[in-house]
Amino acid sequence: MVQFNLPSNSKIKKGQYYKDKTGSKNIRKVNVYRWDPSKNENPRIDTYEVDMDNCSSKVLDILNKIKNEIDPSIAYRRSCAHGVCGSCAMNMNGKNGLACTKSHSELDGDIDIYPLPHLKVLKDLIGDLSTLYKQYESVEPWLKTTKINDKENIQTKEDRAKLDGLYECIMCACCSTSCPSYWWNGEKYLGPAVLLQAYRWIIDSRDEDRKERLKKVADELKLYRCHTILNCTNACPKGLNPAKAIAEIKKMLATA
Amino acid sequence: MSSYKIIDHEYDVVVLGAGGSGLRAAVGLSEAGLKTACVSKVFPTRSHTSAAQGGISAALGNMGEDDWRWHMYDTVKGADWLGDQDSIEYLCKEAPAAVLELEKYGVPFSRTEDGKIYQRPFGGMTKNYGNETVQRTCAAADRTGHAILHTLYGQALKHNTEFFIEYFALDLIMKDGACKGLIAWNLNDGTIHRFRSHITIIATGGYGKVYYSATSAHTCTGDGNAMVLRAGLPLQDMEFVQFHPTGIYGHGTLISEGVRGEGGYLVNSKGERFMERYAPKAKDLASRDVVSRSIAVEINEGRGIGKEQDHVHLHIDHLDPKVIEERLPGISEASKLFANVDVTKEPIPVVPTVHYNMGGIPTNYKAEVLTINGSEKTVPGLMAIGEAACVSVHGANRLGSNSLIDLVVFGRAAAKRAAELVKPGMKHDEIDKSETDRCLDRFDKLRNSEGSNPTSELRLSMQKTMQSKCAVFRSEKTLKEGVDEIRKPFEGMESLSVKDKSLIFNTDLVETLEFDNLIRQAITTMDSAYHRKESRGAHAREDFPKRDDENYMQHTLSWCNGSKTKINYRPVNRSTLTNDVQYFPPQERVY
Repeated sequence: MVQFNLPSNSKIKKGQYYKDKTGSKNIRKVNVYRWDPSKNENPRIDTYEVDMDNCSSKVLDILNKIKNEIDPSIAYRRSCAHGVCGSCAMNMNGKNGLACTKSHSELDGDIDIYPLPHLKVLKDLIGDLSTLYKQYESVEPWLKTTKINDKENIQTKEDRAKLDGLYECIMCACCSTSCPSYWWNGEKYLGPAVLLQAYRWIIDSRDEDRKERLKKVADELKLYRCHTILNCTNACPKGLNPAKAIAEIKKMLATA
Repeated sequence: MSSYKIIDHEYDVVVLGAGGSGLRAAVGLSEAGLKTACVSKVFPTRSHTSAAQGGISAALGNMGEDDWRWHMYDTVKGADWLGDQDSIEYLCKEAPAAVLELEKYGVPFSRTEDGKIYQRPFGGMTKNYGNETVQRTCAAADRTGHAILHTLYGQALKHNTEFFIEYFALDLIMKDGACKGLIAWNLNDGTIHRFRSHITIIATGGYGKVYYSATSAHTCTGDGNAMVLRAGLPLQDMEFVQFHPTGIYGHGTLISEGVRGEGGYLVNSKGERFMERYAPKAKDLASRDVVSRSIAVEINEGRGIGKEQDHVHLHIDHLDPKVIEERLPGISEASKLFANVDVTKEPIPVVPTVHYNMGGIPTNYKAEVLTINGSEKTVPGLMAIGEAACVSVHGANRLGSNSLIDLVVFGRAAAKRAAELVKPGMKHDEIDKSETDRCLDRFDKLRNSEGSNPTSELRLSMQKTMQSKCAVFRSEKTLKEGVDEIRKPFEGMESLSVKDKSLIFNTDLVETLEFDNLIRQAITTMDSAYHRKESRGAHAREDFPKRDDENYMQHTLSWCNGSKTKINYRPVNRSTLTNDVQYFPPQERVY
């Protein structure tokens, strides 16, 4: 039988162990994926003993504590710290989420922190999202209307409500990077995050380009690589439902 | 010094920052046919505009009669007469068109029964020059900033704006008192980039992170403000720091003023709706400085809630759950996540939390940067917009929902002015190598710091000093102590420790550069506060409880070289822009 192995320079090694120096009785072990592009070394897992008596409730608080008090070299993105900017998306105990909204009390045992799966790693927990951003551009995320006047577009409350559950997307990429189909065909399949955004403009009653927009995504690879695995909806830290948005697009195409 | 790979670029205009104001400027510049680069340390939709909740003000009159002059009066009064009325006139008059433009761009505004943009009541926004509450704040549920930011990013994509994302700006390039561009570090590959431009527009936001507890993001470090200081130019009105009345107790997460706009109210440990005592007319919808001070007094006088009696409660549990679901879904989520509170059943524990910087880079209403050099003049090649700028439309205290409108009105104004000043493809000046050397010397020195003080410790010391000495209430004693104490973390940089020496996503070095930026702004804030011996807007001195129009109808200007500051003043502009409205002379400020 064929055996698959990671190339030797990609195998994850055991890294450094940082023992607690505070004397705390309430210690949690936190394993963090580390890789430095400027060193010619394999990725490794560093382990930090963290004093949980003096740590706030979220996983991001743990990372900040490690960076501030134990190891300033650890690299991760973070900004708003309350789940609206989408910077600190990562994989925690095997599940994608935002470190700033994920409570560590919800995670069992040692905490394992990895970058979002299947992205090229730039450093430590920082993944390369440039492909996803290009795909986002490709759905032309702006309102297309020929109306030129100095009044607002009128939109009924019912039509506006159709955007709920779509416009709230923070583009953290938790959904797309949890999707096996996106893992295998990420270059061509648009993935749940971008398809949700595509649908946000398709369904906007003010937009005059619905037909063209539908035509543009109606593609074997761009759209139909969705096999309704539903990892996306399970992963979304904002409680959105990208799988449903994709199903709506498919339905519109089937009934058009 | 280590040698760095330097990559040169030439653009008509460079915009630094990709939040609401930077993106709006970039869109306008691209429309005008100018070759524009937009440089940002984070991907545009990660900018802090995304955290704005309640809405964007404009006298559209969708919910009843309204007039931009009423909006102007409210803004002048909210600013406690420190705002420049020519700029405020421009802001309020341009506001309705700016919001309609956003709607055309695709912002998913909430709607009224007849399909127009929904507007909600907000603090200090009134009808007929202070008479009764008006509904002027246009909302996309309680995620207005998020909706605007993502929409503006889409517009920038539509106009093919060139982005340089995850580039950390280091310094401005100056020549004979004019700005010629900027130097930035590309975090993705470690290279240094020199952008030559005819105009540089700073749109780097506020510097809330000088405080320990703030609604601000980790990235709100006022990098552009510090670059201006290092270029030998002053910052304006830095003592005016807005404390938002309702940050979640213990965590600092923002709970929108829109909550009170929709009928929420504050209570103390006795169950009293105490705002009725401090602002009999406006009550919970008085302006932010007034509400924050009232909460602070309640807590100081022992009527705070909790074991430490150090916070108050915000109730919305009396509202129809349907209204909460439709108009305040984001704060319900945040309250659950960060206070473990079900807002339909329990009150939210809140405390005044640092939220916004009224101060910043002094500009006129065309976004051109000002300085005093003998007399007042503009700095050629340099503009500032958004929270980084001090136009000044917010004066001593900003009204809620006036920041989002500031972003788009002045983002657009900057683009318009730049298009008047620059013709596409104009030739660039030669720049002396000394500017690059000076910038990279500082970068290299910080990168190779081998001392004993970690950046995180110095930052914490700065934040604790600002929090305790330059808070809601200030006095000669606390400020004098603050002036001395805030210099200690600056001096601590002489023995700084930076562990990571690499150049790709070296976030240890990023945080160090950010700290170097923050501490200069902390010093100017503290010194400016010390020198203003009156109470006005957000600057409340216990030893000078009255506003002093005789001596302080003036903007503070502060220069900072190392830990040394120079303080000077320029008079508040006392005329309007046109004859469409009369100047509003100072009055007693009651809500």
